[in-house]
Amino acid sequence: MKRPIRWFTFAAPSRFYWLAGLLNPWLWLIAAGLALAGLYVGFFVAPTDATQGESYRIIFIHVPAAWMSMVLYLAMAFWAAIGWMFNARMASMLARAIAPTGAMFTFLALWTGAFWGKPTWGTWWVWDARLTSELILLFLYLGYIALVASIDDVVRGDKAGALLAIVGAVNVPIIYFSVRWWNTLHQGATISMTAAPKMAHTMLIAMMLMTFAFWAYAFATVFTRAQALALERERDTDWVRDLALARKER
Amino acid sequence: MGAAFSAVYVRDLRLALRRRVEALLPVVFFIVAVSLFPLGVGPEPQTLRQIAAGVVWVSALLASMLSVTSLYAGDHADGSLEQMILSGQSGFVVASAKAAAHWTVTGAPLVLAAPLIGLLLDMSNAALGTLVASLLLGTPILSLLGGMGAALTLGLRSAGVLLILLILPLAVPALIFGAGAVSAVDSGVSTAGHFSLLGALLILTALTAPLATSFALSIALE
Repeated sequence: MKRPIRWFTFAAPSRFYWLAGLLNPWLWLIAAGLALAGLYVGFFVAPTDATQGESYRIIFIHVPAAWMSMVLYLAMAFWAAIGWMFNARMASMLARAIAPTGAMFTFLALWTGAFWGKPTWGTWWVWDARLTSELILLFLYLGYIALVASIDDVVRGDKAGALLAIVGAVNVPIIYFSVRWWNTLHQGATISMTAAPKMAHTMLIAMMLMTFAFWAYAFATVFTRAQALALERERDTDWVRDLALARKER
Repeated sequence: MGAAFSAVYVRDLRLALRRRVEALLPVVFFIVAVSLFPLGVGPEPQTLRQIAAGVVWVSALLASMLSVTSLYAGDHADGSLEQMILSGQSGFVVASAKAAAHWTVTGAPLVLAAPLIGLLLDMSNAALGTLVASLLLGTPILSLLGGMGAALTLGLRSAGVLLILLILPLAVPALIFGAGAVSAVDSGVSTAGHFSLLGALLILTALTAPLATSFALSIALE
């Protein structure tokens, strides 16, 4: 007879702590290994682009970072909502742990975009729809982090953060389309980013490697941060005390 | 429901009438903020005309956000907010009435002051009319969103700045379509699209923001 996997087991901070501790070394290892492989393929194996020369190679960091920034916002809103609805402590902690990593990837996407823009478009920044909405996404992350950090009561902070994250997630498409429309009205099509040339096989491999590396990195940092949050919040419980005692003995 | 709405609404207006100078502060801020732009950008009418709509809209946005911080703070401090929530009336109604009162006290004066301010920036008559119409549709959105921010940051130390950080990204669409309508007049394009979207945004916000506000209030008062 097959026993069903009890996923909710890991909603308990003590068991989550154990699971995260078990997975973390592997995640870091996978992140580092895939990143090294991806950067090698991207920088040394992938062919030089016909129109953009070598400068296009930042795409291997830029595009995965932009993907991660959006996925992580949704993940954050999802876990915050779960934490709010079911009073699941670990889910709320997970949401808080995701926010800084998401903000970091958003910033990385903007920063590498600027580095890419300078040689190809001749400018660090254009008020293009995608750039602008990515910038607003960064503001949404910062708003969430600031709100959660300035509420002293942990439970209220979790719930208020969840509400803000949900409102933000609902607004992201509205913001994106309004910015897009504003953009087409204001400056016309100066730059067409949609007409991407067909990607070489090795480029795609490098991009995939970097994407998975970023995924592993995101999981690793989020788990580490969630572990720290769990220890901090559950400091008065038995399992944390046992853990501390076991460490002392060692 | 209607009775509860008007009770909260009339009470807030009465309170504002008793503190008249305080109620006028946002408009004064609005006028001062807009008059800073020519000093910073330069007095060339051509430049001013080009940036006028955006300047007026951004200043109105900031004026709404600065004034909305106190929307729930006073009632929270003296305990009447708790009584309103405990009274059994839906938080949705209370939040809508509060936002409506905020708009009447600060949003409407902004709309009335806008043409005057527009003249300072050398706007054309057609653009002025569109500006007033877009603010008329847009400032209620700002009051509704601001009410949600005020409820989220209720009783926090740095509530004012935090509220601005939380709400400004959400107010971007209103800003785009509001200021965009005026730019459309200047470039001779139809404004119907902008106004339709602004109206849709207002309806959407009026239906959802009070709900989020009531959730935020119950979180804050737990």
